[in-house]
This record gives sequence, structure tokens and C-alpha cells, in this order.
Amino acid sequence: MTSNASTLLEVSGISVTFDGFKAINNLSFEIGPAELRAIIGPNGAGKTTFMDIVTGKTKPDEGKVLWGDLSRNLIGMNEAKIARAGIGRKFQRPTVFEDQTVFENLLMAVKNDRNPIAVLFFRPKAKDFAKVEELAAEIGLSDQLERKSGELSHGQKQWLEIGMLLAQDPKLLLVDEPAAGMTLGEREHTTDILKEAAKTRAVVVVEHDMEFVRRLECKVTVLHEGSVLAEGSLDHVTQNQDVIDVYLGR
Amino acid sequence: MDFIRKNPSLPVFIAGLAIFTLVVTFMSEAYGAGALSTSFVKTLGKTLCLALVAIAMDLVWGYTGILSLGHFAFFGLGGYMIGMWLMYARTKLIVVESMASAALPPTPSEISDAIGTQIFGVVGSSEFPLVWMFAHSFWAQIALVVIVPGILALVFGWLAFRSRVTGVYLSILTQAMTLALSLYLFQNDSGLRGNNGLSGLQNLPGADGISQDYISIWFFWASAFALLITYLIAAFVVSGKFGSVIRGIRDDEARVRFLGYSVEGFKLFVFAMTAVMAAIGGALYYPQAGIINPAEIAPIASIYLAVWVAIGGRGRIYGAVIGAAFVSLVSTYFTGGQAPDIPLGFYTIKWVDWWLVLLGLSFVLVTLFAPKGIGGLFDLITHRMSPKRGGAPLGPDDGSLREQEAEK
Repeated sequence: MTSNASTLLEVSGISVTFDGFKAINNLSFEIGPAELRAIIGPNGAGKTTFMDIVTGKTKPDEGKVLWGDLSRNLIGMNEAKIARAGIGRKFQRPTVFEDQTVFENLLMAVKNDRNPIAVLFFRPKAKDFAKVEELAAEIGLSDQLERKSGELSHGQKQWLEIGMLLAQDPKLLLVDEPAAGMTLGEREHTTDILKEAAKTRAVVVVEHDMEFVRRLECKVTVLHEGSVLAEGSLDHVTQNQDVIDVYLGR
Repeated sequence: MDFIRKNPSLPVFIAGLAIFTLVVTFMSEAYGAGALSTSFVKTLGKTLCLALVAIAMDLVWGYTGILSLGHFAFFGLGGYMIGMWLMYARTKLIVVESMASAALPPTPSEISDAIGTQIFGVVGSSEFPLVWMFAHSFWAQIALVVIVPGILALVFGWLAFRSRVTGVYLSILTQAMTLALSLYLFQNDSGLRGNNGLSGLQNLPGADGISQDYISIWFFWASAFALLITYLIAAFVVSGKFGSVIRGIRDDEARVRFLGYSVEGFKLFVFAMTAVMAAIGGALYYPQAGIINPAEIAPIASIYLAVWVAIGGRGRIYGAVIGAAFVSLVSTYFTGGQAPDIPLGFYTIKWVDWWLVLLGLSFVLVTLFAPKGIGGLFDLITHRMSPKRGGAPLGPDDGSLREQEAEK
């Protein structure tokens, strides 16, 4: 596969080994600027490690991660720089700042100058308030803005975290198991948020739950033992014999 | 108005400090009834400086989650910087005066040699070391009060934070820093008079005619003013988005990184800013104490600082002020020989010996049973509640707020 104008992120030939265990093995992956993609795979397939590499948390032993129109290599950049370049990440367990209000959480995430001096003298303007309110409406937390986020329900925390991601206005959203621990109704709401987000940006969802993936109605990449096993529509990959053997047919 | 709404303790603190300053002034030997001795006014002035450095500690530990056990090094360095000028300028006046009666007027180099002999005779030298090159200039030394600790904090912080040293390891590193500095200063050839330190700092150059009664109250005012300014700066720093980010770093620094904030940059900023605050506190403290020596920046001093903040209540600025003031005043009472001994028949409890045991025990008890510290008492009035989280802290990091410390 070669890089072209419609590729936002191109991961090519990355490998990483932890204490002799090959977590990622010559993995290649690419995604376009406005695309929704689900990554599935059994435990230990390397889904989270893949996200760690793209976001700068883990350095791969080899391979390249090329980003954007200029095909900048992200490897060697730190987490904060990658985040500012336009990659947002949602963790598996909801990680919001529990001691702070929903408003403070969102305001911290809204795209603005991140330099310490600029942050020190920052005072929210009308557009920042508007942005926070718009996001809060989108994630259904409009009437919770003044609550400490630690008091929110599990599902609300997940949404808040997605809201914080959207506030950063990233070009690529990496979402790790967003539906874990959610009720059916909450899952539907989450699907809507993700589908809406994918209209204007790339969204990669790592998920265990097949039902949830089906609802996303998107292209699916199956990972196994650190590399891509199959790629295509959900129906396509679920009929693939390798996939059935390692994952579905357990 | 928004600033006060976010810091409801601010008007109370300002009023309290103003009343305290007035009461002390009108009870002092210089401007009032004389109910408070000059030495006690000095004790109170020093206490205000300790409260100031406690605010710095609260910013760095209570708000940013960096348990620095080395901030007293910056406090001491601030004291040394101002002490150099005080000692130089006063010695020069004495030397010039004593030489004035000589038959021939002394040359500048004779004056300089005589000052050197006076200051460094005690460590067997008469040469001015390089570090004293600006000691003749008041403004240069004032600038160094800020510059020297600021640069040390920047270099140390840059090395430590860039390598992502956190938690216990960072605390140990900061202890090592203050220990190394104090051991270096203990050497006679460090240029700062070894274990003798700098002395006679209470005597302001050219103010021999002014009684210490007045000087003590002036320093008290200056300390109160510096404390007020520090409090205002601290309240400003923690109330806006900057406060949000540093509290985020305290509770979950990885998340802050993925939001695109340079965690290292923010830590460095807070570390250096609080180092400068501590240095200014030290520059006001040591002229009131009269003497500074390397023992002042021994590792234990910085640990006390953390104890004050913990006992006062971490993560609230007034908590730090109350903790430092309360513990250091009680400490003065017990170690000053004023507390009566308790005869038990078979053993007599002498507070001078047992005070540290009592302090250590209170620290353990506060940490275990009253994590909000003394500051938590205000929550009874303001009805501030802690969230119910089943014992879970507010974030995954070492320095993160504990359940009882948080506000619902």
C-alpha cells in the first residue's frame, strides 16, 4: 500500500517486543481523514499497544507512523506534542479529572494555546463558553456542568471523556472500548456520538463487543498476535476462516 | 469579583492578616503598649515568613502533587544572598570608621582587605571568594535572591522532570539536593564561612542609631506584606485554567499529557516559581533571625515544611498558612523552655526533648485520622463535604487527592 492524499495516518511495519513477547509484529494500518474504523481482536492481540504507539506512550522497535498531509513521522515525539498535532485518545477505563467539575474538565480540553504562560493568563471568552455548552449538549451533560465529574455515573464519565476528546478538535480520535460497562441505552447514545464525530474526522474504535461494532456500520480491522489478520466489512471478516478460528469460533 | 467568588477564603484571610498586623503593631515596644517583647515580634515576623514558604510548598505539593522535600534549600539560599550584602555593608562601615583615625587615609584595597579579614578571619582566610563579587551592591544581591534559587530550581527541575522522575524517587532526589547544598556550605572553603554561617544580620548597615524595637516591627510589616502578595499570587495561579491543569497533573498526569499539555513544562514552571517564593521568604526571615548557617537547610528542614502543610491541610492555601504558623509557634513554645516539665515521679517529661516526639505523633495521627488537617475545621462552618467514594483517591497518581481531602 502506498500513501496518498486521502490517507491521514499511515502506520507501516511497526514491531515492538516486551521482555521477549512480541506485542506488535510488523503491523501496518492506514485510515483516511473522515472515516470510522473498528479494531477488534482477542485479548493480547495488541490493540492497546497499537494505540500506545500512535499516541507516543510506547516507542516501537521498528517501523514508521506517518501523520497528515506532510507525512510527519510521529515516532520520537512526546505524548503532548502528538496530542497537539491532532490525535486524541480515550482510555479504556474512563479517565476524567474527578476532583474537577464537568465544566473545568471540558474547558481544559478545549483547543487553545497550551503554553504554561498562556494558560496562566487565560480567561475563558464567549466562544470558549459556547464551545463547552455545545459539547455538553452533544454528550448529554448540559445540566451537569457544575457537578464534580467524580460524581457522574460510569456512562456519563465515558461521555465526558469523549466530549473532552472532541473539545481538542482532533483530526484522529482513538477510542478504547467506549461501551465497556454501559447499559443498552447508553451504548446507543455512544454509537451516535461516534458516528457523528466520524463525519468530520477519523475515528478508530477498539472494541470487544461484536454487537456494538455491528451498530457502528463501518470497516473492521481484525488484529491477532500483533498483526492484521483481516480487514473489510464486518460481514466480510466474520466469514473469514482465520478470523473464525482465532476469535469468533472460540 | 469572579476572583473572589472562586477564592471565598481571600477576604477572610486579608482581614485576618490586617487585624493581626494592627494588633501586633499596637502591642509592640516601638508603636504601642509594649505588651509584646521585641524578640517575640521577631518570632511573629519569622512565623509569617514560614507561612509564606508553606504556601509555596502547598502549591508544589498540595496542588501539583510534587512532594518536594528540598524547598528549604531555596529558602536558605535567599537568606544567604541577602545576608552577604548585610554582612559586607555593615563590616565596611565599621572598618571605615576604625580606619578614619589613622594618620594616612586608607586606600580602597586596604579597606577591602580589612573587610575580608573581618569577615573571613573565622575560617582562616582574608580573601574575598568569587561568590562575593556583588556583595557590595544591595540591588545586585536583591536580584540574586531571586536569580540563584530560581536558576538552581530550573536546572534541577529540568533534569528531574524531563526524565519523568515522580513520586518517592523525586522526593529522595530533592532531599539529596538540599543535603548536598548544605554539606557543601559546611565546608570552610565554600566561601560562605562554613559552619559559622553569616551572622549579625539583624544589624542593618547605617541603622545603628535605630533600635531593634523599630527594625523588628518594620520587618514584621514587610513579612506580612510579602505573605499577602504570595497569597494573592497563589490564589490567582490556582483559580484559573492553570489551576485546573496543575490539579490534573497531581491526580492523573498521563491524562494531562494526552490532552496536549506539556506536563514537564508546567511542573518546571511551578517548581521554579515556588523556589523563588521560598527564596523571598528566606530573604525576609534571616535578617530577623540574625544568623544563617548550613544547618538551616539540612534535609530535616524541608521535611518540617511538608509536615506543616500536612497538619494545616494540603491543597488549600490558608491550610498551609495555618499549619506553618501553628506548628512553628507551638514549637517555639515547647523548645524555648517555656513549657513546664511534667514530673511523673519516676521520670520527668522535658518538652525540649519530647517535643519532636509529640510533633511526629501528631503528624502520623493527622495523616491517618484527619487528612484535611486543621484547615478541615473550617469545613464545619462552611459545610464543605467530602465525596463518598468508598476510599478511592481522586486519581491514579501518588500525589493525587485522597477521598477526605476532596470537596464534593
